[in-house]
Amino acid sequence: MADSKTIEKPIVEEHMGLFARIGDSFRRFLDGDIFYSFIHSPITVIAFVVTVICFVLAAFAPWLAPHNTNDIATLLLDNAELPPFWSSYTASWGEELHGRTEFLLGTDPDGRDVLSGIIFGMQVSLIVGFGSVILAMAIGITLGLISGYIGGKTDSVIMRIADIQLSFPAILVALLLFGGIKSVLPPAERQDLAIWVLILAIGVSNWVQFARTVRGSTMVEKSKEYVQAARVIGLHPILIMIRHVLPNVMGPVLVIATINLALAIITEATLSFLGVGVPPTEPSLGTLIRVGQQYLFSGFWWMTIFPALALVVLALSVNLLGDWLRDALNPKLR
Amino acid sequence: MSEVAEKMSPDPTKIGADAETVLDVQGLKRYFDVSPPFLNRLIERTDKAFLKAVDGIDFRIERGETFSLVGESGCGKSTVARLVVGLYSPTGGSVTFEGQEIGGLSRKELVPVRRRMQMIFQDPYASLNPRWRVEDIIAEPIRFFGLTNNNNETLQRVGELLQLVNLSPKDMEKYPHEFSGGQRQRISIARALASEPDFLVCDEPTSALDVSVQAQILNLMKDLQKRLNLTYLFISHNLAVVYHMSDHIGVMYLGRLAEVAPAKTLFEKPRHPYTKLLLDTIPDLDMTGRERVPVAGEVPNPINPPSGCAFHPRCPFANDRCKAERPEPIKMPDGAAVACHGVEEGRIPEGPISGIASQDI
Repeated sequence: MADSKTIEKPIVEEHMGLFARIGDSFRRFLDGDIFYSFIHSPITVIAFVVTVICFVLAAFAPWLAPHNTNDIATLLLDNAELPPFWSSYTASWGEELHGRTEFLLGTDPDGRDVLSGIIFGMQVSLIVGFGSVILAMAIGITLGLISGYIGGKTDSVIMRIADIQLSFPAILVALLLFGGIKSVLPPAERQDLAIWVLILAIGVSNWVQFARTVRGSTMVEKSKEYVQAARVIGLHPILIMIRHVLPNVMGPVLVIATINLALAIITEATLSFLGVGVPPTEPSLGTLIRVGQQYLFSGFWWMTIFPALALVVLALSVNLLGDWLRDALNPKLR
Repeated sequence: MSEVAEKMSPDPTKIGADAETVLDVQGLKRYFDVSPPFLNRLIERTDKAFLKAVDGIDFRIERGETFSLVGESGCGKSTVARLVVGLYSPTGGSVTFEGQEIGGLSRKELVPVRRRMQMIFQDPYASLNPRWRVEDIIAEPIRFFGLTNNNNETLQRVGELLQLVNLSPKDMEKYPHEFSGGQRQRISIARALASEPDFLVCDEPTSALDVSVQAQILNLMKDLQKRLNLTYLFISHNLAVVYHMSDHIGVMYLGRLAEVAPAKTLFEKPRHPYTKLLLDTIPDLDMTGRERVPVAGEVPNPINPPSGCAFHPRCPFANDRCKAERPEPIKMPDGAAVACHGVEEGRIPEGPISGIASQDI
């Protein structure tokens, strides 16, 4: 046992800097199980690449899309109803229309480039998706932490509300909320705020799953001794929840968030398809599918098939990522 | 003495006053409501049920000594520890820490008390937040109580604390999972010492550790006690550990204290039949080959404890009075206190009782 006299000055100088720490964590991540399981699952790698491509396209849509579909001045009726570049068809007035490489996936009846429409639509879909997941997470985590940590009557009340909401389909809740909130807004602002109302409606309809998961994990963590140690120090319960419990319950939350992102994108598309989502001036993937399907029987299949494919690919990749994340973070499957 | 130890030892004027009471527990009770939900009670017409985890115990701890609580699982010893540090609020009775009643205080009022009273937990794998670096774990009390002026000082202090528990200051960079159970328990001790407390509650600090590591941790704790003039409330079910550590020992049975005595007295001259039976179960080299009698039966259900003396169903000396009347602790001339009618009436024989017990139980 070291005598007290031998105690030297601790080596504070050797303390790692912030950048060294980040580098250290990154190296540890590359060496870790999660990265290993990622690199050894080809489907996940493909899903990841596709998701990243979608995100990048959506984030930089104005620069990456070949045409700006939101700028009505650039639309020419000469370009209307063009097929994808590799195909051709005979128009109703007898003219043979050939696809042009200028419009890779064809154009719609107003002369909008379908590919550009998809890229801009994906932007709207992803904004709504991310926005609503973040909102659902914020509500769900907060209520779940409070419910699990405090317990008792608070817990009962929050969980009964969750049960009631869960007994309605999420799409119905979103539809009701969307209609309700929109009707109280002044008509002039309905168009501008539509996207935010949509985020609010989808977000509020999806918080229950987060709350339940966080509540369960919180109840487990709460009884662990490190939380009791923090209580013995005298930390405020809110600080204990944020500093100690939250980081330890985030694993499952990330998984649900990923899967919910796909779900939110689909919910948004469904609402837009039904015509209650974002206004047609800012079309999302769902709006494109809805508008396109009116022309499906006229033979203009590209107007609805390509946006639908884009939606499937986007939702599927995000979902596959979520599935992989769930398995990778599950210690029992390692 | 080094800088560290000087900083950590309490006010020297206090050391001078011998036999100063650090912790005084009087009639401490804690009942847990284990009733079925309201609707079930209404339909099944059952009453509320309470688990009497701690049912009226008294003891006091003097400065610089180690007071141990021993007993079988479920006897309420860990509940006492949690009551003392304020994790549970008592149902009845009082806990007086350094002259201040702390039983009913709110979290805010408890803050200054908690700086001087910390806890070491049983499971070193659960008591450190897995997402935090060691430096943040140990620095948490320092930062919370604002004991240093800036972050550099805090880290310096964390380094000192790590050295105090024989770890390297470089370890503060690491995460808990990079350490063994014994090392984690050292980190736990360092955290408990970070706020410069003078009283530590140790809830079975070595029971989750490897036997070879247990001794190291116990010796470290004894060493720290001497250097920093610490007072310990030590909870354990391991009699050998308790003998090694304690000045006074309280034997708990079903939420009550059966016997409180100085460590030597308790081991040399156990009085309560329960203590005698417990000591009989310790394996030791001298008694190899002797037939060993386990304490017969199980601990009764604390929701519905036996009448009178809680130990009477398992006691070879129980009579009608034991079944009817609850025994109160009786002070003995050598400082022990025994709650037993048999001892009061002088009908418990001296020495081990295994011979008698094997016939009667």
